[in-house]
Amino acid sequence: MADQIFKAVILACTAFIGLVFLWILGEVVVKGISHLSFSFLFDAPVNSGRAGGIAPILVSTLMIIIVAVSVSVPLGLGVAVWLSEFTKQGQKFATSTRLTLDVLAGIPSIVYGLFGNAFFCIYLGLGFSILSGGLTLACMILPIFIRTCEMGLRTVNDSWRKGALALGMTRTAAIWHILLPSATPAIIAGLVLGIGRATAETAALIFTSGYVDRMPESFMDSGRALAVHIYDLSMNVTGGDHAAYATALTLIILIVFFNIMAQFMMDQWLGRKVLSS
Amino acid sequence: MTQKQPPYKADKDNQDERAIPYTLGNLEAGEPCCIPKAHLQVQNLSVSYNNITVLDDVSLDIHKGCITALIGPSGCGKTSFLSALNKLTDLTASAEVKGSILFDTQNLVSDKIDVMALRRRIGMIFQQPNPFPLSIWRNLDLPLREHGFRNKSVRRKKIEKSLQDVGLWDEVKDRLQDSALALSGGQQQRLCIARALVLEPEILLMDEPCSALDPISSCVVEELILRLQGKYTVIIVTHNLAQARRIANYAAFFWMKERVGKLIEFGQCQHLFETPKDDLTAAYISGAKG
Repeated sequence: MADQIFKAVILACTAFIGLVFLWILGEVVVKGISHLSFSFLFDAPVNSGRAGGIAPILVSTLMIIIVAVSVSVPLGLGVAVWLSEFTKQGQKFATSTRLTLDVLAGIPSIVYGLFGNAFFCIYLGLGFSILSGGLTLACMILPIFIRTCEMGLRTVNDSWRKGALALGMTRTAAIWHILLPSATPAIIAGLVLGIGRATAETAALIFTSGYVDRMPESFMDSGRALAVHIYDLSMNVTGGDHAAYATALTLIILIVFFNIMAQFMMDQWLGRKVLSS
Repeated sequence: MTQKQPPYKADKDNQDERAIPYTLGNLEAGEPCCIPKAHLQVQNLSVSYNNITVLDDVSLDIHKGCITALIGPSGCGKTSFLSALNKLTDLTASAEVKGSILFDTQNLVSDKIDVMALRRRIGMIFQQPNPFPLSIWRNLDLPLREHGFRNKSVRRKKIEKSLQDVGLWDEVKDRLQDSALALSGGQQQRLCIARALVLEPEILLMDEPCSALDPISSCVVEELILRLQGKYTVIIVTHNLAQARRIANYAAFFWMKERVGKLIEFGQCQHLFETPKDDLTAAYISGAKG
């Protein structure tokens, strides 16, 4: 009896969450799809986005993400490897690094935006630019990415580590050929989480990559991200609702696409090296 | 099959007819050990973790080309002893090794040692077979590459020979690119032995290599270890006294005294089992203790 009630309750929870998710997705799809077209993706916005398309915004978004990912992946992997392979248990510096990362992972993105504005835009003189925005996002996704990768590396079978060293292999070889490839699923999960957060980010980007909806010509140009565009259309532009929904739909499609790409590329890069069974 | 059976294995006769469904390769074994010649000289070796001593004051000679079995109950420092020999104790930050281990002219405890080169000369097999999550081929290829074998055909010859030596070649030659994790437990353990042998070590450390295997696989691995005698110096930790008796030339009996592992008795296997000098040894091998 108790078993059945419990089962019913968890089933209800699942159904509820599923429905809410479907509702959100459904609303975006239903309201956005009529406005989504080929020209919407390839035209520049007209009249603050009420008409025209989102081409420059798509390009800016992609550029911001390229910056964020290409900075955070190598850095993050480096730190994760250091944390899981080169620190001793209870080492103070490592423990405080982990704590710092966990705190950083929980900081609201707008704080990253303020930091990015002060550091990248003003102190480093990068101004409102795609580069500033991308670097700010890199700072934001690094903590989660590092911790996910570290966990992944920690769950790698320890006997492989020992086995490799007992064969007189260097640590570098063990990490490069065995440990990192085995941790690929966790690395992908971290990357997907990070990209998801970065693509959906608004607050951190308003202060760093800016508002400009022109086609960016370089990474030093200001550029408006998709999420910023949605925010602007729905808050500041009357009559921009359908464009906002269409942009939101594009954003969702883009995130799904990125996730698949991330999975595919990591598999190609690392996963092909290992064979589970 | 030029390998001579060690002369003193009385209980071996009726085991020759054991049906083994595998064929082992023709390992080029040297002479069985007759003249004891120390390959490793261990003197006053102590191992401690977090300042808690687990192994205290062990001195013994490991003879070249012989199989030395380390027996004794769990937790008496046998594995720590093995790990000290190839400096795998370095992995544990809190581990401290004292005393001396002489290998050639080097003292493995105090001298500055190139551990990578050392571990190539002193291979290790673990209790749980630990093939890498790579193809069967790459499991052997990777260590060779890491030790600087650039020439592909040289590597191929070495790998093939090594797989033949452990009797795995016929079983895997058609699926060398398949995952090593798809092999059975016994095959995995033989692959690990092949992976150690491919680097042509002088000494092989084995930490209960059969205990995670089913009886038949265990039998095959045991047979294989017996064939290593002569060419390799083997140090094997085992909880299986019958196995120690069957394969070892020398045996060392470890026991916990006041929570510290000690070497109680060391000598020729036959002597240790038939005429033990120490009462503890006698009690342990008769099953009265342990």
